[in-house]
Amino acid sequence: MDMETRDLADGVGLLALGGRLNMVSAPGVKAAIDELIGGGRPRVVVDLSSVSFMDSSGLGALVAGLKRARQAQGDLRISGANEQVLTVLRLTNLDRVLRPRDTVEEAGRDW
Amino acid sequence: MRRWLVRLLVLLTLTFGTIYVGWRWVFSVNWANWWIGVPLVVAETYSLIDAYLFGLTVWRLRVRGEPPPPPADATVDVFITTYNEPVEMVLATALAAQRIGHPHETWILDDGAREDMRAAAEAHGVGYITRSEDWQNRPRHAKAGNLNNALFLTHGEFMLILDADQVPDPLILDRTLGYFSDPRVALVQTPQWFVNVTESDPLGSQAPLFYGPIQQGKDGWNAAFFCGSNAVLRREALMQLGIVGYVREMSAAVRAALDAGSRVIARAVRQARRDADPALPALLGVQQAVGQARERLASGDAVADVTYEFQRQVDEAARGLVSSDLAGIEADLRAIRALPVDHDDELGVLVVDEAALERLADREWSPLGAIESVRGLLAAVDVDRDDEAQPMMPLATVSVTEDMATCMRLHSLGWRSVYHHEILAHGLAPEDLRTMLQQRLRWAQGTIQVMLRENPLVQRGLSVGQRLMYFATMWSYLSGFAALVYIAAPVVYLCFGVLPVHAFGLQFLEHFIPYMLFNQLLFLVVGYGIRTWRGQQYSLALFPLWIRACVTAAANVLFGKPLGFVVTPKTRQARGGFPWRLILPQTVAVAVLVLACAIGVLRLWTGASTSTIGTFVNVAWVAYDLLVMSVIFRAAAFRAPETDDQKVD
Repeated sequence: MDMETRDLADGVGLLALGGRLNMVSAPGVKAAIDELIGGGRPRVVVDLSSVSFMDSSGLGALVAGLKRARQAQGDLRISGANEQVLTVLRLTNLDRVLRPRDTVEEAGRDW
Repeated sequence: MRRWLVRLLVLLTLTFGTIYVGWRWVFSVNWANWWIGVPLVVAETYSLIDAYLFGLTVWRLRVRGEPPPPPADATVDVFITTYNEPVEMVLATALAAQRIGHPHETWILDDGAREDMRAAAEAHGVGYITRSEDWQNRPRHAKAGNLNNALFLTHGEFMLILDADQVPDPLILDRTLGYFSDPRVALVQTPQWFVNVTESDPLGSQAPLFYGPIQQGKDGWNAAFFCGSNAVLRREALMQLGIVGYVREMSAAVRAALDAGSRVIARAVRQARRDADPALPALLGVQQAVGQARERLASGDAVADVTYEFQRQVDEAARGLVSSDLAGIEADLRAIRALPVDHDDELGVLVVDEAALERLADREWSPLGAIESVRGLLAAVDVDRDDEAQPMMPLATVSVTEDMATCMRLHSLGWRSVYHHEILAHGLAPEDLRTMLQQRLRWAQGTIQVMLRENPLVQRGLSVGQRLMYFATMWSYLSGFAALVYIAAPVVYLCFGVLPVHAFGLQFLEHFIPYMLFNQLLFLVVGYGIRTWRGQQYSLALFPLWIRACVTAAANVLFGKPLGFVVTPKTRQARGGFPWRLILPQTVAVAVLVLACAIGVLRLWTGASTSTIGTFVNVAWVAYDLLVMSVIFRAAAFRAPETDDQKVD
């Protein structure tokens, strides 16, 4: 799993992921989100546009990240999910909680 | 061959049973003595429905042969759950787990967080997991919580779950993993078998009918049950369950909190209008935010977006609002700390105390207090589920016995389960009556809880067969009430000559005997080669326990009363004298039955009763009751043989 972080705006961090987000890579993703939040970026955009596959453990890492962000008075949004990722989001109804945004720009707007 | 014989006997039993119970309702209820006549025919109807459900179960008996070969690259975690069992016992299980042939990692999940357990695990190179600090001061959810915690600290594709006393066979994974080649399979359950049980098994510990024809029958309907131990689960299935559950529970809780908040704020607004309070605009702002949030949820907007926006709007509205009434604020803050949204400590389900909510809504809030209480209500249930250690609870926490609820949810998401009929772990059963009764009570309570909270008959996603398989098990736990009637009816007849039926004559026997004979024959064929009699005895002999389980579970689900949950000790309890107190109701029942027989015979002899056949039928009935109930006295007198490796006290 490829991971890259950078600042989008003041207090807003971007985590760009690539490859397979599954039970093996999920703990690392969770840790990366925690690190962004702990480093003073309570609002996090997770860019999934290069993620080829995601399973329920991957979704779990996103939910855990959302929890951390909210506890820090922040928020977490996702962007750029492909068809497979959108399918697992819909299958678990998680799209009713975490609305997938098309692009990073859209996710970072109105915060 | 056997399958067709079973089906034939099922058809015969149900045909004659339906004729008999139909005849009873239409022609033979003695309405003059309705107070015993009606309970009896209802109890008989209960038993007939039980027979239908049993017939349906064994109709599709599925005997799986050799399992498919295991996928070589499957990654597996072996979880050994413990709370307070002796370190040596847990370690013995862990060392056996290390010797399992298929590649895997072994973990001890120590809910007791014991230092000596940790040291023993480390000394032998076994993984050791305790609750993370997230769980401090939050509902722990017993064994389900223990497993949920471990699920997020490991990452194998599959997990084998073992109770602390279940020593696994080295082949346990090789014999079970192959079923997962079907990507829809989420669970493979193997039998529970106990090594410390004598041949006669007075405590009825072995459940050969359940871990045999019943599980095989359920398997035929793709409804093989998860039984909490000796089972392999697919992580992906559990995680999916966790996400689905998170979305469902959180959405419902946010909705409830917004409803409550809108009542609180409406009252505060009225109050502020009356007093011309300068805080009115702020309150109106919050009221608008609540209304908007409810509308957006109703129209299907994503919950995280709605709650985030809501919190921001409330912050905005409250900004700059300074109250002069500091004393009032103090009182308000105290009330906020005691918000009526709470968690049931045993079950961890969100409990919104309606009465307390009324009081809260009726409270005289200061404007700031009202806003804070709305904010607090929502924060309690926000998307981060701050009240729970983990936002996701893959293993169901709805009931004290998590297994059945978890399995039912897996099935309703379309996953498949497998029952593999081969003993691949050897465990320890309770060795004294008290422990055994506690364990049965817990199972029964858990089952009734699931039935009341998540009635399988109306669960979406389950097939009709699956619904009935779950319902069958729950239905069987209601037998205590029927047993009470089966004991009372002959007593009433023998002592007072009160007839629940028109007559116990030949016509009665003609209808009853074919039903009874075929029913017994069915049992004999289904249970060929296994001992089913103990199970039959206990389903009647434990009637006080079944009734208690139903009553306490119903009180818990409907009125939030605590269950008095107990963890079953895996070690023998201190020995005492004959435990009369534990079997008091059965002792009274036996005394009354014996006395009733004597009176019945006496009445026949003195001519107070004229029906020889009636007396005969009822005495035979009592004899059967006594034979069945005799087991509880054997169990009470039972002393497990002392062996060196099991000695605890």
